[in-house]
Amino acid sequence: MVDAQHIPAVAPDAKVAVRDLTVRYGNHVALKDVSLEIREHEIFGIIGPANSGKTSFLRALNRMDTFTTGMSVEGTVEFSGHDIRTIKNLYALRKRIGVVFPLPVGLPLSIYDNVALSPRLRGVRKRADLDVIVERCLRRAALWDEVKDRLKSLGSLLSGGQQQRLTIARALSQEPDLLLLDEFSIAVDPVTTMRIEDVLKELKKEVTIVLVTNLVQQARRLADRTAFFLMSECVEIAETEAFFDGRVKDPRSVDYVEGRFG
Amino acid sequence: MSSRLPRTLPDLDRRNLAWFVDKGMQVFMFVGGISAIVLIIGIFVFITKEGLPFITGSMDFAEFFTSPNWRPTSEENPTYGALALIAGTASVTGLAMLVAVPFSLGAAIFIAEFATGRTRETLKILVEMLAAIPSVVWGFIGLSLMNPLIIDTFDVPVGLNILNAGIILGLMAAPIMTTIAEDALKAVPDTYREAAEAMGATRWQIVWRVVLPASRNGLVAAVLLGVGRGFGETMAVLMASGHSINMPGGIFDSVRAVTATIAAELGETVQGSDHYRALFTLGMLLFLVTFVINLTADLVVRGIRKK
Amino acid sequence: MFAATELNNGNRRTQTLIKVLLLTMTLLLIVPVLIILTMLIVKGGPVLSFEFLFSDPKDEMTAGGIFPALMGTVWLVSVALLASVPLGVAAAIYLSEYAGDNWFTRTINLAIINLAGVPSIVHALFGVGAFVLFFKFGTSILAASLTLAVMTLPVVIVATRESLQAVPQAFREACWNMGATRWQTIRRVVLPNSISGILTGVILEVSRTAGETAPIMFTGAVIFMPFLPEGVGDQTMAMSLHLYAMATQVPLPEHATNLPYGVALVLIGMVLAMNAVSIGFRVWLRGKKKW
Repeated sequence: MVDAQHIPAVAPDAKVAVRDLTVRYGNHVALKDVSLEIREHEIFGIIGPANSGKTSFLRALNRMDTFTTGMSVEGTVEFSGHDIRTIKNLYALRKRIGVVFPLPVGLPLSIYDNVALSPRLRGVRKRADLDVIVERCLRRAALWDEVKDRLKSLGSLLSGGQQQRLTIARALSQEPDLLLLDEFSIAVDPVTTMRIEDVLKELKKEVTIVLVTNLVQQARRLADRTAFFLMSECVEIAETEAFFDGRVKDPRSVDYVEGRFG
Repeated sequence: MSSRLPRTLPDLDRRNLAWFVDKGMQVFMFVGGISAIVLIIGIFVFITKEGLPFITGSMDFAEFFTSPNWRPTSEENPTYGALALIAGTASVTGLAMLVAVPFSLGAAIFIAEFATGRTRETLKILVEMLAAIPSVVWGFIGLSLMNPLIIDTFDVPVGLNILNAGIILGLMAAPIMTTIAEDALKAVPDTYREAAEAMGATRWQIVWRVVLPASRNGLVAAVLLGVGRGFGETMAVLMASGHSINMPGGIFDSVRAVTATIAAELGETVQGSDHYRALFTLGMLLFLVTFVINLTADLVVRGIRKK
Repeated sequence: MFAATELNNGNRRTQTLIKVLLLTMTLLLIVPVLIILTMLIVKGGPVLSFEFLFSDPKDEMTAGGIFPALMGTVWLVSVALLASVPLGVAAAIYLSEYAGDNWFTRTINLAIINLAGVPSIVHALFGVGAFVLFFKFGTSILAASLTLAVMTLPVVIVATRESLQAVPQAFREACWNMGATRWQTIRRVVLPNSISGILTGVILEVSRTAGETAPIMFTGAVIFMPFLPEGVGDQTMAMSLHLYAMATQVPLPEHATNLPYGVALVLIGMVLAMNAVSIGFRVWLRGKKKW
């Protein structure tokens, strides 16, 4: 149980509070001693070069260590004041967290069923209700116009970019509190990316978003605050603009943002 | 306190129906999973339960393994010598392997390394069909087709003998050996073949010098499983071997197999009698031998994976 | 153009020779079976008729049909499936979806291999010791079917496990990330995409079960019964045992010597037909890409 005294220890508007988070795969340390807070209704950007621990951070938030062999997590992560290592119903936690990873996965179900799966799991039965959810989520993921005439065809046979957006639609269909996006635009054309970015700005009112991206400009367009990860460590956390007007402390952050490495 | 205090989410600590259904199903699947272990132990326990009183009671170990006299129904002096039965099984299985090993390895090599496309698929399907023929049908073939054929060809009085049962058993064991051997050959990475090909080796040289040595363990396992199969075969051997107690002297002798003895006699014994329990003891022997064969085959196969 | 050297020619000749030799060996395995099938058809074919399939044996089994044996086999196979399919599918789901890579899983796998390798007559002894005597089912369809179920369990497990494992792991993880429980994932994504493969395995099991003789001889099948079984507590005739009896136990008069060929033809026809369905199904599935 989480007692009342425990909560003020973190900032009052923290949706996620991470303390001393270390992630290992076997002996390899992927993330070391990261402490940060993600506030309710913000878009929190994470930037950094490949293998800097960004994805491992997201995996830890969703407790993916329970089904990833070799992955072990130390430190605490609190989600809305609950320590995610001690909660009794892990599935309820994951239902509240939508994730989109860079490798798109269209489930081998119809496009409709892909998006209707999560609502069905939480007990939505009526066809009319499901129709509404499916259409809304597909529209938000900028996929509706392309697939509205073939909702019955297999989601796993869509093109890579379409599967990516299907995955986003599925994450949205969970009506999550927290949305974890890991390089969501990697297989999506620029115009569509812009459309999805607009949707994310809208969604901010309802959802807290963590956006991992290797596009510095994307973080600048979307993120309220941004963390810079480098070599398994969190180097800097600041308001996103601070990275661009030189207010950040660590010189490496500026170097990265200005494209001098990475 | 601020009104922006993080709202707590009671559902994270509430185990709902889905959670309990999930746990329940996990238990059910686990029961399914251990069933194989329970059953294999159960088989051993139940045949031992029926056979053990004979082993601890009237069984004479020396007689059992060295005497060819299996006379369980003799009124005054029943004897339980299983040597002739064991020799019968061994001779039939041995001949079967002489037939099956070269042919099934040859077939496996052809299917895995030489045949392509439609030919390959067709041959695989035919081999699978061969494996599907029930053993009682094989026995019937031995009895009705092979028997007169052997009598005519070799001019012998009886065609139900080691030769007949051996050929039948060889044909029965061949598909499983072919399939497993082919899997073993297929498991050799193509890079090996390509490397040898780049050096100008012909297909056969590649197979002989590279593929066969690399898949040796899998081939050994295939042969072992074939032996296990032949050893445990019942109906076909019962019907084709002549089923008479003889120490085998030549391939035209009729013999009697361990399995066939149980099948033929169990129905006529009194439950709980020495004879009944002796048949279960033969069953224990079969179980243990096949167990060891399967275990060895598994260890041999595991050997390749480690490399 | 390169001129073929003598060495190359020699190599090629050896190569061709070996290829022909191996092909001959393969065909020598297959051809006898085709000959045998032809002979069964030639000798058994004339026996087959609507009446042969659907009437009772007459005159101490020297005439008449095979209907009770046919029905008995249907009974035995059905009851055996009822027992082995749920258990086998559960075992396969456990191995594929729950079990980790540890000694316990290896023990289960070893048990499955051994279960598949136990001689059929030992299964029969087990059936007598366990189902007939210990659980007091008597010699009955129930005891015989359970014995068959134990024997063919590995077939279901192996086929099911293979088709479950053909479903890529990424699909499972995507579901888990959405908060689906393991069971919800299995039911909604894994099973729907492997059910056809499982079915293929079950058909294969049916064909195995229908042909078995030794496991049912002492546990529930009888050589002759003048009526059809009415429940799982009854004994029954069966196709496989009927063939054994016709071939070895029944003295057949001159005009009826072809009867067992008819029985054998029906039995092998059943078994091969089901195998063909299973194989055809598998080939069809392979052509249908879902991801």
